[in-house]
Amino acid sequence: MSFLLPCPYCGPRPVDEFACFGEVTNRPNGPPTLAELTEYVYFRDNVAGLQREWWQHRAGCAEWFLATRDTRTNAVSDVSVPDAARAG
Amino acid sequence: MRLGPQPSELLDRSSRVIFTFDGLAVGGFPGDTIGSALYASGHRVFSRSFKYHRPRGLLCCSGHCPNCMLTVDGVPNVRVCVEPIRAGAVVEAQNVLGSLNRDLLSVTDKIGGPFTPVGFYYRTMIRPRRLWPLYEKVLRNLAGLGRLREGAGCERRYDVEHRRARVLVIGGGRSGRAAALGAATLGPGVVLVDEGARLAGAELAGVEVLAPGRALGIWEGNLVPVDCGTTLYRFRAERIVVATGALDQPLLFPGNDLVGVMLPDAVRRLIRDYAVRPGDRAVVLAADERDLEVADDLRAAGVAVPRAVDLRSDPLGRIEAHGRRGRVHGVVLDGRRVECDLLVVSAGRQPSYSLLAQAGAEVRYEPTRGIFVPGVLPDSVEATGSVTGEGCGTVNPYRADTGTGRHDKCFVCVCEDVTTKDVARAVGEGFDSIELSKRYTTVTMGPCQGKLCQLPAIRLYARTTGVGEATVGTTTARPPWAPVELGLLAGRHHEPTRRTSIHFRHEEAGAEIMWAGPWKRPYAYGEDPADEVRAVHESLGVIDVSTLGKILVEGPEAAALLERLYPNRFADLKPGRIRYGVLTTDGGRIMDDGTVARLRDDLYYVTTTSTGADAVTAWFEWWNAVWGLEAEIVNVTGALSAVNLAGPLAREALARLTEADLSGEAFRYLDAREIEVAGIPCLALRIGFVGELGYELHFPSPAGEHLWDRLVEEGATPFGLEPQRVLRLEKAHIIVGQDTDSESNLLSAGMSWLPKLDKDDFVGKWAVEHFAEREERERLVGFTMVENVLPPEGAQVVIEGRPAGRVTSARRSEAVGAVIGLAWLPPERATEAGTRFEVGIGRRRYGALVWNGPFFDPGGERMRS
Repeated sequence: MSFLLPCPYCGPRPVDEFACFGEVTNRPNGPPTLAELTEYVYFRDNVAGLQREWWQHRAGCAEWFLATRDTRTNAVSDVSVPDAARAG
Repeated sequence: MRLGPQPSELLDRSSRVIFTFDGLAVGGFPGDTIGSALYASGHRVFSRSFKYHRPRGLLCCSGHCPNCMLTVDGVPNVRVCVEPIRAGAVVEAQNVLGSLNRDLLSVTDKIGGPFTPVGFYYRTMIRPRRLWPLYEKVLRNLAGLGRLREGAGCERRYDVEHRRARVLVIGGGRSGRAAALGAATLGPGVVLVDEGARLAGAELAGVEVLAPGRALGIWEGNLVPVDCGTTLYRFRAERIVVATGALDQPLLFPGNDLVGVMLPDAVRRLIRDYAVRPGDRAVVLAADERDLEVADDLRAAGVAVPRAVDLRSDPLGRIEAHGRRGRVHGVVLDGRRVECDLLVVSAGRQPSYSLLAQAGAEVRYEPTRGIFVPGVLPDSVEATGSVTGEGCGTVNPYRADTGTGRHDKCFVCVCEDVTTKDVARAVGEGFDSIELSKRYTTVTMGPCQGKLCQLPAIRLYARTTGVGEATVGTTTARPPWAPVELGLLAGRHHEPTRRTSIHFRHEEAGAEIMWAGPWKRPYAYGEDPADEVRAVHESLGVIDVSTLGKILVEGPEAAALLERLYPNRFADLKPGRIRYGVLTTDGGRIMDDGTVARLRDDLYYVTTTSTGADAVTAWFEWWNAVWGLEAEIVNVTGALSAVNLAGPLAREALARLTEADLSGEAFRYLDAREIEVAGIPCLALRIGFVGELGYELHFPSPAGEHLWDRLVEEGATPFGLEPQRVLRLEKAHIIVGQDTDSESNLLSAGMSWLPKLDKDDFVGKWAVEHFAEREERERLVGFTMVENVLPPEGAQVVIEGRPAGRVTSARRSEAVGAVIGLAWLPPERATEAGTRFEVGIGRRRYGALVWNGPFFDPGGERMRS
């Protein structure tokens, strides 16, 4: 784990400056069943391949952003600030 | 033994340098290495081997093989063949009992043969099991390399430096230097790393030279740590040029580890660099032109060379070295014996591709040349020079006859003392993949990390199993490529200590200081923390709570954000009012707690636990990124200090320092006011932090000591963390992380009043709803001990002789007159006050009684007064 991650504001920085919050999950829109809630809280796809993830440039600008990472090679593509945050 | 001046020698003969070797003075010239000076002084045995304690002498003379590892100035495993000479150095033999020339442990070589095959102790010494500690003790004494002095880790300081390079060239040979100079013509940022000392201080136009420096590996993102002794440079390189060259490979034949058996490069270095005559009579077995030149060098140095064989045209059928007391005495070539004291052998040169393989290059076998070469390279990595295979090639290095056992041992791996027999045995036992065999025999796992044994092992393997070298393949190349001190990898301790702005006042007051997460905090100021508890109950106390997390949440949708983050309501909180809040995750687990004060319609001031500040800030920011609300989150923990002034006299004392109206009507319980105290603008929160009338003052950190001093002058007794814990426990306040864990939820922690389930949504709402439907498993509840015994935190709750829960907090309370605490109990035992259970302390059990609500001042009159 020493790859470079491109922060949308600071550019490519060593991955140790970032905190990874794991793969993007879909929070249920309405009250979920127990199965749906369990699925959302505890289960992850854990793919070997492209994965959309939350990252924060914690030791830098502190921005939260989304990145697509290939979990096999750590090649990062498509880094973006979430639409919701940009609006705010 | 020293020759006359050589054209390219590195010596400065105008002065002498003296050091000691096992107590005897040894002299050399500046420019020598410790190894070359020892060799020039007639020393031939440099070490004893790992397992058999066979005498070993210089083999590669280039810092790769384990043969010259000595202890220098207390540092074990220094390869003296590349360690620059220095005056007064204390050089000692290691891994010997007795002396290098008479090592009593070498008995393992004579009689150990049948008892020390590969995997011997895994198979033999496991029974009887109870004897393993004894076996281990004996083996640890016999095996291993060198000894660390006690406290050695504290003697040297190691640092890490993060650096960038446009082009990082690894290897300072001809190709490496050319690549560096070429890159330098295109711009700055070129760094050349070479493991030898000879490039130290070298001037290369536009190139920064780091020598001696060892590139330890290539990690993803082109990260290359470079070991420069006591500094580790972590290079990020845009481009990496690997010019690590190729290494002479040993030839396999019985007696191939005898002192006096040397690789051609070693001989070349001794003569050309250090002007040392390596021996009197030499036999040269050459694999290429380069090796044959060594015969000329030897003759020029006055060494007799009775035979020089070109193995390409004259492939010998059998080679066998004969030794006397571990030193080569003659060699038998196809039945003809030649006397010699130096046997120069090479199976040819193999590219040192390891760094390239780590970077992701494929490695393929070239059958015509008998070597492994790097194939397609990753984008930003290049190779130049002989590491690409240029000018390399080997002859079949396998000359051993393992069938009869009449001969001396034939070593595949001199680091780990692995013989050809061991490898054959491993194959016979079914370890038929190179990776498995490596782990079983430990071949390539020693100090040289396969530099001199990987290729011979692969070839031996290919021959034993009957498949080709290409099928056997190589083992995975892993860092570190060069040996590195653990201290360098650990670096200096860089965990910052956090101190509050008032910290030094606590030290001056004689407080006992303790760690609290990253913070240093006072445990208590006096001998007995109970004195400080009493002061708070009876008159006035003050505690430094600057460590609390402090977060400002501001914006038109600040209220909406908090409303969705917290289980309870904050939108209806009136400006100037405070409410307690607990954060939960969507899994319903308790994350943190603290107070939330609304300062304006669009501005909230949130406090968190001392250790939760960063996590809560990140948590707020993340949800805000998800929801995209118009709210700004600012962590002001470091900018603001805070003290909590508590006790019956708090109002009068504070009134003497402020003009603000502190009356019960103007400044009610759970009010937040911006007031000036002793000239300092403060945010004053009237909360029941420790259960007494209290004001928590938050103010700019630089005023910390000033305000503290004023409050102490007004009669406030400083109290520490321990009295605070007693005071808060008396109120049955929970400590998140102490009384709760990652399984605790609001309902089980006794806070079912807190979540407002009629809200549309909040983080954790659905989980809380499901918890409410589910059968309760355990509940956090207060208890008092029947006798005056203090259970340790974590003590077991015992009901009807079975473990049924645990104690999470317990303290002696003078005010309550009993030992009080919090514990997790089965719900049916937790509801009724006075229900008896037992707590296991040591081997005994003591009675305890369930207590509901606060232990002290249950109505909360004191803090509301």
